[in-house]
Amino acid sequence: MIPELGHYALVLALALGLVQSIVPVIGARRHDVALMRLGSSTAVMQFAFVALSFLALTICYVTSDFSVASVFENSHSMMPLIYKITSVWGNHEGSMLLWVLILSLFGAMVALFGNNLPDTLKANVLAVQSWIATAFYLFILLTSNPFLRLTPAPLEGRDLNPILQDIGLAIHPPLLYLGYVGFSIAFSFAIAALIEGRIDAAWARWVRPWTLAAWMCLTVGVAMGSYWAYYELGWGGFWFWDPVENASLMPWLAGTALLHSAVVMEKRNALKIWTLLLAILTFSLSLVGTFLVRSGVLTSVHTFASDPARGVFILAILVLFIGGGLSLFAWRAPMLKQGGLFAPISREGALVFNNLFLTTACLTVFVGTLYPLALEAFTGEKISVGAPFFNLTFAPLFIPLMFAVPFGPLLAWKRGDILGVAQRLMAAMGAGLVAIAAGFAIAGATSVLAPFGIGLAFFVMAGALTDLVERTGLFRMPIETVRQRARGLPRSTWGTAVAHFGIAMTLLGIVCQTWASERIVALSPKQSVELSGYDFSFDGMVQHAGPNYSELAAKFTVREGGVAIGMMEPSKRSFASRNTTTTEAALMSRGASQLYLSLGDTNPDGSIAIRIYHKPMVLLIWLGAVVMMLGGALSLSDRRLRIGAPKPAAKQAAANLQPAE
Amino acid sequence: MTRKQRRLILIGSSLAVLAIAAALVLSALRDSIVFFNSPTDIAEKHIAPGTRIRVGGLVKTGSLQRGDNLAIRFEVTDGKNEIAVRYQGIVPDLFREGQGVVAEGSLAPGGYFVADTVLAKHDERYMPREVVDALKKSGRWQEGETK
Repeated sequence: MIPELGHYALVLALALGLVQSIVPVIGARRHDVALMRLGSSTAVMQFAFVALSFLALTICYVTSDFSVASVFENSHSMMPLIYKITSVWGNHEGSMLLWVLILSLFGAMVALFGNNLPDTLKANVLAVQSWIATAFYLFILLTSNPFLRLTPAPLEGRDLNPILQDIGLAIHPPLLYLGYVGFSIAFSFAIAALIEGRIDAAWARWVRPWTLAAWMCLTVGVAMGSYWAYYELGWGGFWFWDPVENASLMPWLAGTALLHSAVVMEKRNALKIWTLLLAILTFSLSLVGTFLVRSGVLTSVHTFASDPARGVFILAILVLFIGGGLSLFAWRAPMLKQGGLFAPISREGALVFNNLFLTTACLTVFVGTLYPLALEAFTGEKISVGAPFFNLTFAPLFIPLMFAVPFGPLLAWKRGDILGVAQRLMAAMGAGLVAIAAGFAIAGATSVLAPFGIGLAFFVMAGALTDLVERTGLFRMPIETVRQRARGLPRSTWGTAVAHFGIAMTLLGIVCQTWASERIVALSPKQSVELSGYDFSFDGMVQHAGPNYSELAAKFTVREGGVAIGMMEPSKRSFASRNTTTTEAALMSRGASQLYLSLGDTNPDGSIAIRIYHKPMVLLIWLGAVVMMLGGALSLSDRRLRIGAPKPAAKQAAANLQPAE
Repeated sequence: MTRKQRRLILIGSSLAVLAIAAALVLSALRDSIVFFNSPTDIAEKHIAPGTRIRVGGLVKTGSLQRGDNLAIRFEVTDGKNEIAVRYQGIVPDLFREGQGVVAEGSLAPGGYFVADTVLAKHDERYMPREVVDALKKSGRWQEGETK
């Protein structure tokens, strides 16, 4: 009964989606307020029905109803409750349902919180949002129905893929989808603006909070995915330049560019057409990402069993929306009015620089990810493009971008003074130079590039602080004035500084991995091994029994300078239901650095293979992403964005004239 | 500066950055891509020893040998031909005889393959696509086999 209810709710959502795809557009053309307002109600109802459908599927999973095919394939009655819930989206069907849940959530939020939008714009935005939703409802109902029944119902499920039985699955996909799908709002706004043929600074102000919220989720989502792969895969790597990872990086790069160009549009009414194009491209890349992950056309270390037939459907959605969006852009964009003027050296110029490098970097990732596909289609040759390609192309583009980061916020709008800014950045450059010298002093000549990377990271961090120091007048003015100025500073300024600080932290963490050390040895009990000043002694093996697995753990005592600082217990888990083992790495944090142990195979002589890593400052990589998100949150809480554009006076007057009831 | 001049500067610098990126991409594509080969390809193509390639197929049943210092040897087969692979290190959890595998490394002069990476997969039901194609070509693949 419950699965049928969920299925039916999804069909109703599709029906509402069809209504919402058409009626508000007609309303906007005829200026019929009733028809336009219909979109808001259907958007909220759509969300309610999709949520009901999602709830129904969750109930099937929690109660282990194995008569439902997807539950049978991906769940097990012995699994802990948390994994029963997360396995709802730990498979293709459920994850697509999560996708449309978030899509309809964003639609409902625009309907509920978009009161200050002009009626026609809101109606068009909701209609475009519904086009996307309808396409995906059809996709789910036609190719990947999560509510299919099995008769007779099996007694026991096949279990969730053990590698997914981790808390990472609870956090990473929902955050990633909030990011991916959140960009659909920017896309809908862009298409709506093209339909109306009108775009202004207010448009950017309406789009920015949505883009910012999506970007925040995507930032942490990508970082969480990286951390999850780091500790779960057991090879200690945090980024493999794998197609699936690139699929999430590309929308992030484009989204970051969009965030910056929307600032120019909002403040200076310039770069309007470019911002529109970026909004379309960002969501297009999110769709490409979904396609790459869900269709299995590319070989990836993160690939799960997938079905090519579904890939064709997503490809059709992709062509429809990307092709449609870009054609509409090509047709209507030339009719939009040109924006304001600015000199090449100016805040706008710096943001254009940012956009140029971010989109070019994104393009190189795109080429590297899709080149193997294209080559195979044309020549039949199978190749893989790995980390060396991306290190050679992405890094040279990202370095000048990072170097420019501290300059941007200090340049004036319209016409800036680059020498003046360089003078104000003297202290920050000094910090960078000291960091380079320190890098060489500590590490010697092991790597020539890495100390410069460290210097760059410190320059960006000090540059972000310089911006705040300059604006608050710290060190120049009495402390009371500084406090007042700090309070008066727009939250978005704080947000910019914090986010720029965060990206520099991530850079620092990545550069420090040059000095990561690794040892792979076979150890027998009572033997010990040394790495980077830490001594690991192997005490012996222990057996544990988990809820649905048995675990063989190796106990290690870690000593630093002869003093025991703790125990580490890397293990192997065997899942009988799928006849698979997973490697559970043991981690120990020392400040921002980590010790990392993971187990290999047991040898015939009783010794066990272990990998030991010392990862200096590795936590900064992910902490930097969290700091970036906090910067985004600060910016999002800015008064201007909360209030949005001023309400039309006529509406206010009308409200005042309403008779008392 | 006129609007036209400003636009020229903008377009010029964009093209310059794009040109640099294109140069980087082209040079990187020449040096850093890795071709995938099945054991049959290796037998037929005469690939020069030392060239970085990927080889994929099934780990031949009964071919896995473990040595000292985490050294392992196994054979990769596509049903028609085999290639001996040597690897030193820890193999992924899902590595076992009869399963699909992709190894990256180069051919040694002795005719065997020295792998420095053995690729892990997340899902025991998943078979690398290249391996599927290689097996299809040699007629060893039946649809639905991985289920």
